[in-house]
Amino acid sequence: MGTPCIHCGEDCGSQPVLWNEKAFCCHGCSTVYQILNKSQLEKYYEIQPMAGIKLEKTVNNQKFAFLDNEEIAEKLLTFSDSGICVVNLYIPTIHCASCIWLLENLHTLHSGVNQSLVNFPAKTVSITFNNGEITLRQLVELLASIHYVPEINLAKLDKKETHSNRTLLIKIGIAGFSFMNVMLYKFPEYLPGGDQLGSLFTGFFGVMSFILALPVMFYSANDYYLSAFKGLKHKIINIDLPITLGIFTLFIQSTYEIATLQGIGYMDSLIGLVFFLLIGKWYQSKTYQALSFERDYKSYFPVAVTLVSGSGEQSIPLNKLEKGHRILIRNQELIPADATLLSGVAKIDYSFVTGESIPVPKKIGEMIYAGGRQSGSSIELEVIHQVEQSYLTQLWNQDKGFGKPDSSLGSIINKVSEYFTIIILAIGVTAGIYWLFYNPSLALYAFTSVLIIACPCALALTVPFTFGSTMRVFGRAGFYIKNTEVIENLSKINTIVFDKTGTITLNKSMDIRFVGNNLSGEDLLKIKFLASHSSHPLSTCIKESIAGDQRFEISDYQEIPSMGISGIVNGTRINLGSKKFITGKVDDAPNTSNVYCFINHHVAGYFSIANSYRPGLEAVIRELSKSHALYLLSGDNDSEKNNLGPLFGNDEYLRFNQSPQDKMSFIKQLKSTGKKVLMVGDGLNDAGALMESSVGLTIADDIYSFSPACDGIVESKQFERLPSFFGFSKLAIRIVILSFIISFLYNLVGLFFAVQGLLSPIIAAILMPISSVTVVTFATFSIRLMAKRYKL
Amino acid sequence: MTVIILLAVIGIIVAGGFLLGFIWAVRNGQYDDMYSPSVRILFDESKKKDSASVVTSDEEKTEENKIDQNHFLTN
Repeated sequence: MGTPCIHCGEDCGSQPVLWNEKAFCCHGCSTVYQILNKSQLEKYYEIQPMAGIKLEKTVNNQKFAFLDNEEIAEKLLTFSDSGICVVNLYIPTIHCASCIWLLENLHTLHSGVNQSLVNFPAKTVSITFNNGEITLRQLVELLASIHYVPEINLAKLDKKETHSNRTLLIKIGIAGFSFMNVMLYKFPEYLPGGDQLGSLFTGFFGVMSFILALPVMFYSANDYYLSAFKGLKHKIINIDLPITLGIFTLFIQSTYEIATLQGIGYMDSLIGLVFFLLIGKWYQSKTYQALSFERDYKSYFPVAVTLVSGSGEQSIPLNKLEKGHRILIRNQELIPADATLLSGVAKIDYSFVTGESIPVPKKIGEMIYAGGRQSGSSIELEVIHQVEQSYLTQLWNQDKGFGKPDSSLGSIINKVSEYFTIIILAIGVTAGIYWLFYNPSLALYAFTSVLIIACPCALALTVPFTFGSTMRVFGRAGFYIKNTEVIENLSKINTIVFDKTGTITLNKSMDIRFVGNNLSGEDLLKIKFLASHSSHPLSTCIKESIAGDQRFEISDYQEIPSMGISGIVNGTRINLGSKKFITGKVDDAPNTSNVYCFINHHVAGYFSIANSYRPGLEAVIRELSKSHALYLLSGDNDSEKNNLGPLFGNDEYLRFNQSPQDKMSFIKQLKSTGKKVLMVGDGLNDAGALMESSVGLTIADDIYSFSPACDGIVESKQFERLPSFFGFSKLAIRIVILSFIISFLYNLVGLFFAVQGLLSPIIAAILMPISSVTVVTFATFSIRLMAKRYKL
Repeated sequence: MTVIILLAVIGIIVAGGFLLGFIWAVRNGQYDDMYSPSVRILFDESKKKDSASVVTSDEEKTEENKIDQNHFLTN
């Protein structure tokens, strides 16, 4: 390892870029350092050493030209008046304290910036700037120049910020405020001699409690009524129905007691109940702000595209793109619509679509599907389908109408609460009828007591706290799920379908072996030097697989398209290329990527280039196959069949040459046989299948980069832990069931008093918090403990 | 003993003040980002004059203020 780059910390290699006696790994890093140095912002490197971001690909200077288009710029701005504009930009590379510091000191770099504010969890920066001094495009380019490249896409344009979390916090605040005060008013009644309070105090405390309960009843708790009502409309009894029944009974009973000056009834229990329930809801609602699970093609495609017309080039918004338009796609730009190639050398990288990272060369006149990324020089295309009608976007939109069925319907909590509500009502009615015959004055009281004491506070808190903790455990382990419902769905899975390329194979690294005569170290270096002259993806692979670095004399270099390369390196003729090019024989295995090598006057052998599988794949498959049926879908040809067959047990579980549509229908077919299917994919070609499956997971090297719509994102490093994640979700369900049993036991004690007509506010005030606290502690602690045992 | 009633009323007014403060803070967006301010407070460098005093995310309001100031200056 050489010296680390001052900017990004990466190895500088044998020939570092030097500036001011400081070593950098590349010119990009050095440039950023110079910019910051000029503005005296070196503190950036002090807060967190080597905090900088290395850009693997240089940013095209036309990349942000579309921001000059006023229509687009206007959509991006959150505020604009008298030349002062506010823009909120998503920068996925924000990662440390230095980032916050630098981005909030943007005004030092350009006087047009008034103020900038980073939201670290959401990875956004909100910038206030003066439109007269710096345009939006210049601002974005300024950020790009210090390697904080904002991600701007269509979905961001259309999305408006929501503040649902704020509402919940306010509801909790109000409930907490009322809870504390009403508890104080209620306290004297619980003390010995509390019944001797004068009517002045009883009346005053009663009225105050009633007033304080009103906002809780009609504001804080209204979500529960709404959900219970919605459930009834769909003929479903959900957990919110017994809660609503309990809340209303408590309120009416207490109001009656206050009105008749008997005390303040159960107001404290009522408000406490709502307060605890809301806390549970808040705990469960933790989301990963910077991650997005609901992506459609809009978040993948660019905002604008360069149109070529008689009057030159101009950038137009993507929705204005029509059939027949000629568009210009530069290096690293995305092809937004199905099109045919008009001119230029097209090498399309479909890695986001298929997971295959070797770019595909295309000939003039050939059709290019939307979703690919051009690598190399600029190309011109003619659009043949509108964006919405392109192959991939169509596949994506298909499911938009219905989406996933509401999975909460069959959830465990709703099944339990259905029986629970019916049984409680039955007990209440029975107790009421019984007392009607023996002591009619107690009949109504016994009935309401049952509803009050059975109000399933502990029951309702079980799921939020168990699943909320599980979600946090998963998050720490590198598995990010969309919401807590996913845990329950995950535990029911019995069939797992894997995508091949990019999911079980590694995206970047290739498994390269040389088959043939042993080559000397010098020969290998010569081959590397020759290969480094070609930009063909296979040459790049070979170049990267050979260690060391040495320069040679080269002459008579030739690149023969679709054949290979040839050159004389230090006097030795070396040819690299296809079997036909090197040996003259017809390639009998066209499905494999073999590069033959001619060196020292004979054919020395060939480089076999194959995808390398993720480490630990075998163990994962073996572990999962114990309890699940496993399938493999691949868009590729079946060249890997012999390697994968034994792993998955039988060839019938492997399917090759699957189009995105095939993948989706395969999942549909599995589901129609009653299977609960988990799809593990990574690219856009899996989008349909991910949406169709019961649970769709994506594997991502960088969780903040693009991934198709899914239920969960797994960091690729954590692939080996998949069986643990699945096992843990089953365990979480078991903990939920245990907690249910605990809360039922408490309910039995309460019912024992209630049916006898003996329930007093003090019993409710003790039983309810105790049962809730027991259940919550049990749930969170057992999840923590189990997480340790599972090493998550 | 009736003084307790007075105390209770004072208590609720004081607590109500805190509740209003909390609601204001939530609406203001102070609970939207629970992490960045904890880092920001450790940067001891002096920022630009006017931005140092503004650490809320309610840009619209500060912008209005700024514009008002500008009006004042030009008038």
